[in-house]
Amino acid sequence: MPYFFEKIGAVVVRWVCVLCEFLKLSGETLYWIFAGPFKGKPVKRPSVFEQMVFMGARSIVIVFFVTFFTGIVLAMQSAYQLSQMGGTIYVASLVSISICRELGPVLTSLVLAGRIGAAITAEVGSMRINEQIEALDTMGINPVRFLAAPKVLALFFMLPCLTVIGDLSGILGGYVVGVYNLKINSHLYLQTAFQYLTLKDIYTGLSKSFIFALIISLVGCYQGLNTKGGAVGVGRSTTISVVTSFIMIIIADCIVTGFYYFSNI
Amino acid sequence: MAEDPKIEISIKNLVKYFGDHKVLDGVTIDIYRGETFVIMGGSGCGKSTLLRHMTGAIKPTSGTVTVLGRDMSSLSSEDLEKLKPKFGMSFQSAALIDYMTVGENVALPLIEHTKLDREIINIIVKMKLNLVGLGGNEGLMPSQLSGGMKKRVGLARAIAMDPQIIFYDEPTAGLDPVVCAVVDKLLLDLSKKLLLTSVVVTHNMESVFRIADRVAMLHNGKVLQVGTPEEIKNSENPIVQQFIHGRIEGPLNFMENEEVYSGE
Repeated sequence: MPYFFEKIGAVVVRWVCVLCEFLKLSGETLYWIFAGPFKGKPVKRPSVFEQMVFMGARSIVIVFFVTFFTGIVLAMQSAYQLSQMGGTIYVASLVSISICRELGPVLTSLVLAGRIGAAITAEVGSMRINEQIEALDTMGINPVRFLAAPKVLALFFMLPCLTVIGDLSGILGGYVVGVYNLKINSHLYLQTAFQYLTLKDIYTGLSKSFIFALIISLVGCYQGLNTKGGAVGVGRSTTISVVTSFIMIIIADCIVTGFYYFSNI
Repeated sequence: MAEDPKIEISIKNLVKYFGDHKVLDGVTIDIYRGETFVIMGGSGCGKSTLLRHMTGAIKPTSGTVTVLGRDMSSLSSEDLEKLKPKFGMSFQSAALIDYMTVGENVALPLIEHTKLDREIINIIVKMKLNLVGLGGNEGLMPSQLSGGMKKRVGLARAIAMDPQIIFYDEPTAGLDPVVCAVVDKLLLDLSKKLLLTSVVVTHNMESVFRIADRVAMLHNGKVLQVGTPEEIKNSENPIVQQFIHGRIEGPLNFMENEEVYSGE
């Protein structure tokens, strides 16, 4: 029995250590983003723009497809229910509200966690096992400032932009079903879609995407910087990074939604 | 007690544990300005760990490591970052940043630590690459280079900031004998031209006797002997003799099960 408790204790201690290290990395990254310019060592703008193109512009197609088809599916499923009550016109507002409040930010973030989170971990992880991180350190170049900060900054700006694109393409998916299948008048569909959509629906959704951006980039960098054990280690870190991001995104989504739900902001 | 001003690196009673495993056990070494000091020893004897203590990458469990008059373990991370441009390091795998060109790799420390114009940095990069015999290759990516070329670019990057000390981790590992000799010659040339103190970790015996001013033999985390290459060659220590001649029989036994392999 004491052995059992020892094992539980060891697991708890390990998790607390991981959490502390993760928070330390997050703190260091924010320090370099905000205090770096005052110390004469700002985050390099070209690397931020480079990352923005890779994370933002090159993710538009996949975000479009995922949210567009989700919009279509959502419209068809809700039309099936609503038609029984003769309220198919409300498909428009149901799709727009659920996409903007929930599905747009969450789906976009999950797609980006798979695409960008994995890329960040694999890149930083292989740099770790090839002594490149140590080389930066030996040259007096802080790896967090040089590698992590531009990635975190770029995704922080790009994920909300992609979320807006995701929201619009989701609504477009619903529009296609509404107009071509349910035969709702195009003008009426758009009017209903935006009639019930409030500003709060949009900013609650967007505020989530800022938090999700931090989760994806920081988890990606943390796992990359802590990669050990050759090519297998890079694979392991990448898997853990994506899985951790997924779980943390869902948990953070629940917490933020709960916050808006109970606080009536 | 005042330190000898000629001593660039001073290590005293250095002990390092990784978990319960004692990797370094009371290492005491002084390295003088301008000399090429070689640390040799078998795999896993702690020589790379010793080198990483000198670069400040690892903190000692006990003992002191003083580099350029500064105690590495008591320096704040900011002071350590300021000290680091004064030494360069050439890595076993060259450790070039693989998404940057050769030129960008060599320019990296200059861009990060100086406020020089880009044009001046480009001129310095050209000069450093010429010094290692790779002038005109600025635009190539590391993946387009051979192992020996990568090492030389790593060397150009290490000397980009005109350091006082340069650390080499296995500079000739994985290279053919001719390229080994080229890298050794380069290492000696650089030391003389730039008046560098060089600390080299290697187990390539030909290299050791070609480049070393002094040699330290490390075994099981302890310094067995420090001396000139001649003194090491004539050493009476059986471990040193077995190591430099690469004999299977001797006090160093790499067979896991002695009874089976010793023929008894």
